[in-house]
Amino acid sequence: MIEPVRIVPLSESAITVEFGDTITLENNQKAIALANELNNEPFDGMIEAVPAYKSTTIYYDIFSVRQANSEISGGPAVEKIVRDRLRNLLLRDEVKAQTKVIEFTADAGEFDLQYVADTKQISVNEVITIFTSAEYRVFMLGFLPGFAYLGTIDERLVLPRREKPRQRVPAGSVAIAGRQAGVYPLDSPGGWHIIGQTSTPMFTPVADNITALRAGMRVRFEAV
Amino acid sequence: MSILVEKAGILTTIQDGGRFGYRSLGINVSGPMDPFAMQVANILVGNKPDDAVIETHFPAAEIEFEADTHFAIAGAEMTAILDDVPLRNWSSYRADRGQRLRFERPSFGSRSYIAIAGGFQTTDWLGSRATNLAAKCGSFGRPLANGDRLEKHNICENSSSLTVSPWMLPRYNQFPTVRVLSGPEFHLLNEDAVNHLTNENYTISNGSDRMGFRLEGEPLNCTGFGEMPSAAVTFGTIQLLPDGKLIILMADHQTSGGYPRIATIAAVDLPLVGQLGAGDGVSFAMIDRETAESLLIERYNDLEQLRRGVALFGKK
Repeated sequence: MIEPVRIVPLSESAITVEFGDTITLENNQKAIALANELNNEPFDGMIEAVPAYKSTTIYYDIFSVRQANSEISGGPAVEKIVRDRLRNLLLRDEVKAQTKVIEFTADAGEFDLQYVADTKQISVNEVITIFTSAEYRVFMLGFLPGFAYLGTIDERLVLPRREKPRQRVPAGSVAIAGRQAGVYPLDSPGGWHIIGQTSTPMFTPVADNITALRAGMRVRFEAV
Repeated sequence: MSILVEKAGILTTIQDGGRFGYRSLGINVSGPMDPFAMQVANILVGNKPDDAVIETHFPAAEIEFEADTHFAIAGAEMTAILDDVPLRNWSSYRADRGQRLRFERPSFGSRSYIAIAGGFQTTDWLGSRATNLAAKCGSFGRPLANGDRLEKHNICENSSSLTVSPWMLPRYNQFPTVRVLSGPEFHLLNEDAVNHLTNENYTISNGSDRMGFRLEGEPLNCTGFGEMPSAAVTFGTIQLLPDGKLIILMADHQTSGGYPRIATIAAVDLPLVGQLGAGDGVSFAMIDRETAESLLIERYNDLEQLRRGVALFGKK
């Protein structure tokens, strides 16, 4: 049985279920488990459930929800359904598949690898060793199609975002900011520190797996 | 059977009801900035409310009908002209093969919609034809360009010309007061900040686009928090930036955001905001969720009534 910290409306057609005030593995597991449960067995009128770091947002069509639950208004009806589902929700390993390995080329040239090393007063090689020796969790996807928020970065590499975001970060850039890492799936503006490039596509519009990563997966990086 | 884009205009895209079910992969919904206008245009030609339409800004698209076509226009007032004849907005017409539709002069609003009977048969991606500019997918995966051809079904059995009664239209205004619900982080605002939010007249700043509107106005005196862990957002979410300024997330917003979501525009009033452009204004009035729900249900019912009316009169 899982107790949410709170359930709040995001709009008249969506609610957000908060599992805690801080990002923890457990809060994130709950968020992903609830989203999976609902997406596998949607209630009448549900559009989709979307997990984030420590919350799940459920979007619904108010007209269909009201038709299916005529006795109360839509928002409270959805909240009741979600609370019932949470009561029976079991935490499992969301994705059983083995750890996904992303090969990348460390790049001390044009971008920020040297800057990260200098600022943290370690060598470029140490940056790469620290970065590649950890296993990361996909906490959520967002920002861009296929952009996965990976955590958690070793404290020795933690840096605030760039003061001036770049207008164009190339697709395939492996980047870090704060306790997070990510791979840019598309060319886009971005404020994270780029430490390398991968040729593994993160977003493939027409494929069985549109995105290389999904919330709950595990990822390791290998420098080549 | 097609429609030729003679001139594309500055930002003309194919949109439909949106792409649902993929937000957990970071793929946003897209869709029209003014959902009401899109739905009315579709209903006027006997389509499903969420079929694919053209959304056009001024300078707008100029198109040539390469086959007889039953079409409708709705949304911004931009003086639509079919060959030489001015058209009424919020209306359906028949175009003969070879006729051209253009928009001459904007007098109110920022986005016009063109629907054709049967809907535009452009490329479907993940169940929707809405153009996703970030992913470069859906229809052309980009704004329309000069010379593009839009496929259509060979139907023009119904050529009635109908106009929507003015009573049905939302209260479009260049400086609307729109109704908002409290958002998940509304509790960060103290009483002064809430009063400020509902008394200030905000201006839509330059650089506002389909992703979001930045608002000019006295910053909310409410600091001490910056970013929070990323969480889901929606069309109409009002985010509070660290400097006290506000952003309204619009149709092409990203799926998640790290700024406090202090309020959300009631869906029933999204069309009012969706017609605004740089220099226009907006102010906010709080309502509760139940009221917002009821208003949205009323809107559904109005559109259903329109659909029945069109089905009835369209047969004559």
